[in-house]
Amino acid sequence: MNRFAFHRFWAIVLKEFIQMKRDRVTFAMMIGIPLMQLMLFGFAINSDPRHLPTAIRAADQGPFARTLVQALRTSDYFQIVHEAETETETQRLLQLGDVQFVINIPEDFSRKLLRGERPTVLVEADATDPAATGPALAAVNTLASSIFNRDLPGPLARLQAKAGPVDFRIHAHYNPENITQYNVVPGLMGVVLTLTMVVITALAITRERERGTMENLLATPVRPFEVMAGKILPYIAVGYIQVTLILVAARCLFGVPMVGSLPLLYAVALFFIAANLAMGITCSTLAKNQLQAVQMAVFFFLPSILLTGFMFPFRGMPEWAQAVGSCLPNTHFLRIVRGILLKGNGPLEIAPELWPLLLFLVVAMAVGLKRYRRTLD
Amino acid sequence: MNTTDLVIDVTGITKLFGDKTVVNAIDLQVKRGEIYGFLGPNGSGKTTFIRMLCGLLTPDAGTGTCLGYDVRNQQPEIKRHVGYMTQRFSYYEDLSIRENLDFIARIYAVTDRASAVQNSLECLGLANRSHQLAGQLSGGWKQRLALAACLIHSPQLLLLDEPTAGVDPKARREFWDEIHRLAADGLTVLITTHYMDEAERCHRLAYIAYGNLLARGTLDEVLASARLTTWTVTGPALPALAENLRSRDGVEQVVAFGNTLHLSGRDPAKLAAAVATVRDSRYDWKQTRSTMEDVFISLMDQAKDNFK
Ligand SMILES: Nc1ncnc2c1ncn2[C@@H]1O[C@H](COP(=O)(O)OP(=O)(O)OP(=O)(O)O)[C@@H](O)[C@H]1O
Ligand SMILES: [Mg+2]
Repeated sequence: MNRFAFHRFWAIVLKEFIQMKRDRVTFAMMIGIPLMQLMLFGFAINSDPRHLPTAIRAADQGPFARTLVQALRTSDYFQIVHEAETETETQRLLQLGDVQFVINIPEDFSRKLLRGERPTVLVEADATDPAATGPALAAVNTLASSIFNRDLPGPLARLQAKAGPVDFRIHAHYNPENITQYNVVPGLMGVVLTLTMVVITALAITRERERGTMENLLATPVRPFEVMAGKILPYIAVGYIQVTLILVAARCLFGVPMVGSLPLLYAVALFFIAANLAMGITCSTLAKNQLQAVQMAVFFFLPSILLTGFMFPFRGMPEWAQAVGSCLPNTHFLRIVRGILLKGNGPLEIAPELWPLLLFLVVAMAVGLKRYRRTLD
Repeated sequence: MNTTDLVIDVTGITKLFGDKTVVNAIDLQVKRGEIYGFLGPNGSGKTTFIRMLCGLLTPDAGTGTCLGYDVRNQQPEIKRHVGYMTQRFSYYEDLSIRENLDFIARIYAVTDRASAVQNSLECLGLANRSHQLAGQLSGGWKQRLALAACLIHSPQLLLLDEPTAGVDPKARREFWDEIHRLAADGLTVLITTHYMDEAERCHRLAYIAYGNLLARGTLDEVLASARLTTWTVTGPALPALAENLRSRDGVEQVVAFGNTLHLSGRDPAKLAAAVATVRDSRYDWKQTRSTMEDVFISLMDQAKDNFK
């Protein structure tokens, strides 16, 4: 007599659909947020920055020095914006942040080089942001070993850089060109879904309570699970619209490779969307008003972008942060999405990431159901 | 009286919010087909009591049944057969009139939903405005929509919390005619109101103040139980007379109604003595039957003395 009744569940679903349709602004946000995040993260963020402003203080103007400067230019990492004369000048440029690098070529550069004395080129970097300087500094080292090979023919060939005792050969799988977007855009799917799905349902029950409609709803025979499931279902549809939007953008705007099976991705996305919606509903049952509910959602959102491997490499975090991250559904979903799209993972490969998602869904739903108040007490 | 005929039968119902007793050991019996009026000043616990009847709040003490189901642990069954109209409009303002009715009809699995909704719209006189959003209705129309919505699943018991607040006199009369028609068909109605004319249209009344049930019975029984004596007076310079009378021993209420003053008190002898002191030929004094309002204000004053 007290079991789940489809007609009551369906009444809630229809009501939520109508309310969603009426609330144009919220609906627009749900489409607008993924678009804006795509623009921000997809176009603006680059973890392999190039064309960094650089000053050169060349005390030696000989041909080798010119070759070096030329090589720096063509490496893409350095854009030479200043030709400085003195050290005070270069220090000032660094201090003001006008340049990221200062490259000092000593006056005895060519002479030492020809004598085989390994001249020193001092590269000064503004390393306040390690992410900005890291890749460029790595590039400098590889430059040195190769640039002079052409300028040192015949008898000077003994000065050419020699190969080390071991030949490290690097084969970068899945994203050989190191294109940030290939990593970020699929990751955005998890971030956008976490942000919008949790916030939207966090409001679901507190809104009813604030508007007074909860009293009426509680006076009807509708059961907590019917309310929760009925409020979740319409937003699953919204979640799928967002997934599709991001996939289309990934393909058409960013050319992200899609090696794996899209149907598999869509199927797995269901659990992730539901997990976030359940989380939102749970916030909603815990919060006293809509403001509190949104605050809780933000509280959940921050670790979901910082500790999940979206912004920073997961394995680079300390143990405790990895432990926290492992509890968040976004961590697992990011691995699944990247796995399917970039690596062509199949059901077997993603299974280890799937069960934590399901566990989260069940726990969030259970807490929500437990906390859902059937009375006004 | 056969107990199975009691739609509401509760004893000792008590509710505390914090350490404040909001409803204090109330007993109430309501028979099938009865229109039971629930009266009392603001904050006296009427809404709280009704919420306990329909399972929205759990009583802290007391037992009883509503429609034969236990009020403490059979709330789901009660909710199925009760129509509850909340004091504050609590349907969805961003849904149209028709969508609201349709929503409720679906929740209760009303058979032949489409025609039930259509009927309800026509009874309301809103058939041609059914697509208007509920939030855009005027206050009185919202009340009427709420009443229609809580009737759509043909409940056996109606709990109406100030259903006619803000409704115009003609609509109120139609509303009461409808309530009487439904009651004649066996529907039981518990209704709270602050309007005295509506109290007179109920079969029986209960008066509750500060959580305590002070008087109950038919209108006449309640009037009699108050043991109130009332005099009326007409004549010149009534405001001055009223001021004069207010300070006299035995005079509990002095109320101006247009060109007459109503004077009430519980001790007939003292009241008559007070009248005698100011009585002269310019004034026309009469002893009359106390009105509901006199009685209720008297009850309210007494309650204040007893419980504050
Ligand atoms: N949820 C609550 N928490 C704390 N106190 C409450 C709560 N609901 C009601 N009260 C208090 O209980 C008392 C009775 O309130 P109730 O709403 O039952 O009065 P009422 O008789 O319906 O009044 P009115 O005629 O104004 O509608 C009031 O003093 C109110 O402040
Ligand atoms: Mg009330």
